[in-house]
Amino acid sequence: VTETPGKNDAASAETRDLVLASSPHLATTESVRRIMHTVWITLLPACLLAGYVFGYTAFLIIALSTAACIGFEMLFLALRGKKWPQVRAEALDGSAVITGVLLALNLPASSPWWLVLIGAFVAMSLGKHLFGGLGNNVFNPALVARVFLLISFPTEMLDYTPPVEDFAGRYDAARADAVTYATPLGKLKEAARAGGDAEEVARIREEIRADYPLLDLFLGFRPSGRASGRGRMGGCLGEISGLLLLLGAAFLFWRRIITWHIPVTFVAATALVTGIAWAADPAQYVNPLYHVCSGGLLLGALYMATDMVTSPVTPRGMLIFGAGCGLITAVIRLWGSYPEGVSFAILIMNGLVPLIDRATRPRKFGESRRIWRSAT
Amino acid sequence: MKRTFKRGGVHPPQEKHFTREKPIENPPLPERVFIPLNQNLGAPSKSVVEPKQEVKTGQIIAEPTGFVSSPVHASVSGVVKSIGYRRTSVSPCSLCIEIESDGKDAWVDGVQLDADAIDFSHRESFLESIRAAGLVGMGGAAFPTHVKLSPPKEFPVDTLIVNGVECEPYLTADNRLMLEHPGEILQGLLAMKAVLGVERAFIGIEDNKPRAIAAVREAVGKTPGVEVVTLKTRYPQGAEKQLIKAVLGREVPPGKLPMQVGAVVQNVGTAFAVFEAVARRKPLVERVLTVSGQAIREPKNLRVRIGTPLKNIVEYCGGARDNLGKLIMGGPMMGKALRSADVPVLKSTSGLVFLDKASSLSPPECGCIRCGRCVLACPQGLVPGELARLSEAGAFERLADALDCVECGSCQYACPSNRRILHLLRLGKNEYRNLQKEKQTA
Repeated sequence: VTETPGKNDAASAETRDLVLASSPHLATTESVRRIMHTVWITLLPACLLAGYVFGYTAFLIIALSTAACIGFEMLFLALRGKKWPQVRAEALDGSAVITGVLLALNLPASSPWWLVLIGAFVAMSLGKHLFGGLGNNVFNPALVARVFLLISFPTEMLDYTPPVEDFAGRYDAARADAVTYATPLGKLKEAARAGGDAEEVARIREEIRADYPLLDLFLGFRPSGRASGRGRMGGCLGEISGLLLLLGAAFLFWRRIITWHIPVTFVAATALVTGIAWAADPAQYVNPLYHVCSGGLLLGALYMATDMVTSPVTPRGMLIFGAGCGLITAVIRLWGSYPEGVSFAILIMNGLVPLIDRATRPRKFGESRRIWRSAT
Repeated sequence: MKRTFKRGGVHPPQEKHFTREKPIENPPLPERVFIPLNQNLGAPSKSVVEPKQEVKTGQIIAEPTGFVSSPVHASVSGVVKSIGYRRTSVSPCSLCIEIESDGKDAWVDGVQLDADAIDFSHRESFLESIRAAGLVGMGGAAFPTHVKLSPPKEFPVDTLIVNGVECEPYLTADNRLMLEHPGEILQGLLAMKAVLGVERAFIGIEDNKPRAIAAVREAVGKTPGVEVVTLKTRYPQGAEKQLIKAVLGREVPPGKLPMQVGAVVQNVGTAFAVFEAVARRKPLVERVLTVSGQAIREPKNLRVRIGTPLKNIVEYCGGARDNLGKLIMGGPMMGKALRSADVPVLKSTSGLVFLDKASSLSPPECGCIRCGRCVLACPQGLVPGELARLSEAGAFERLADALDCVECGSCQYACPSNRRILHLLRLGKNEYRNLQKEKQTA
């Protein structure tokens, strides 16, 4: 009476060719492409402002950097043996665009074309594909490129003279006459070096106050700036407006692409350390808000440190990561030899991510509470 | 404040509108049924009938083979045609008893189909009635009910939780049962409460079923020791451990059973079946299930006999649409994709979901971008992405954490890279267990 197994296999005509897969059979509508494209789109306001402040060369740099990153991404994907449709799909998944835009926003407006190209090459090779491409890189590719350029071409990277043409390419007298192009952080470093000379420090501090009022730093532009011809914003393309970066990041937060953990702890740690220094010696150190609004802190905290690939996966890990970034940034800014420390701080913390992830593995359901879980 | 579990979870689209308002229907009896003998978790049952033997509805056709095992009953009256191996949703070849219906649906003696109340003076016989009726967990796990209701002395149980969460998308069978039979469910609950000897019982229902909550609240009224708990909708709240956490705030430790934190969880479908078993002496020969999805012409809630071929159900529901892509037994989050509709309904079949082609093909997988969404989604506090990575790399000895996975699928649902995280975790879990076994024998 025992039938052989498989005898009743014939499926009814209606239900033939059914898809077989293991559960779950539903998936979120979110995708890597959507996440990546959303991120760079939210950077567009900051890019537009860069064009307004630095002229059309800013757009050229952003476009060149993005195109170069996509191009090098394709090259390395092809070198890694991928076939064309996949090469195209992966190069256009938005991650190379993010790297391109972020790299450009980390360059000064005076960057020559070859600097941009080298940066894009380094970002895609050293930063990304040597590790195995998207998802496998340990360090933020755009920051690897920035630090590579900063060390290799310090003159070009620290030259914040904006082009003298205005947006339409016309010669702009106000730009040419602008008195100072030094970044506020560069000035601060200058003041720090003159530490012993109280009068000199006071003079530089006065200059900063006049050239870079806090509100202007935060907004990133001042409509009246042209007329006065003084204190045009100095710095990298993406460092000029905290406000626009915050707006973009707010959208990412609303879309749940980034969480508050890293940006908040990053900014808070920087503010805390610089705040303590300021409280201890207000004549020597500036107030912490100034640190928050100047340089690449907001760009770094909102867009570079929050890079999913190179930051921890656990919320507690993110808190440690952000705090570490903020701490190192503040220490470099206050006592290091570089005026700015955001990129170094993030890269150092990137390297610690595997350790942080291990140490902050979440408490398993039903397990007794332990702050530090041994890594097994 | 509405209760819920604290960590993880996702909000997949609910899709309950297809069948939420559809009363439970009784389709015509199938002309033949195929009743598998391995329907419960634990030992399979052993056939006690011969081919050509006449059987009545509710007659025992297979005996349990151990404590963690359940009897199986004929779900129609008629003649045993064959006993042989067939494809079922559980296995490509399960031993099944085929019964050809005589269309009379003549029940065995002793069954009182119209009894409407439990006689609580016989409470010492409840457990035996439940066991003899072949009851298993009807939420999907199919663990023999009598085993769950007899916790060993070293684990004092103080609370019974009846699970009316039904957090799987599409499914509305429990919802309808609560709307149409709240009184019976309450009586089933009281019977189980009596068996366990516990002081308090809860019925947990998610707030996306306000009418079911109202109906059950009304039935419960002022019954002492019974409380209806409204839960904030969130998948996988119907998972035993998450439900206990939501209702009682207790966490079942890794590798432990709910009774070790003093709780027993039973599905509302099981509570209803307990009522039928105790009040009506009616064995588990039918169950309520939801037939739903974009690719079935007439989505319905049905009361069907165990062993009914799915084909009959598809036919009764107007047939599948041409764009049918996937047929799922159970809900879409934890259910099983079937090869064909040529398999029978089981005691644990809570629904049939017909997905269209577009939603059946999962988008192409890409690399993990370490976004951490799986970590936020995991209700068990695991790091699913990392475990999947280890499993993919074959580092099975490092997958001890995978044993805590409840296979709810939240991680994979949340993954923007469409990685087959749960698939890899299941693989890793099995391989890790194999390694442990090897170690023991070595």
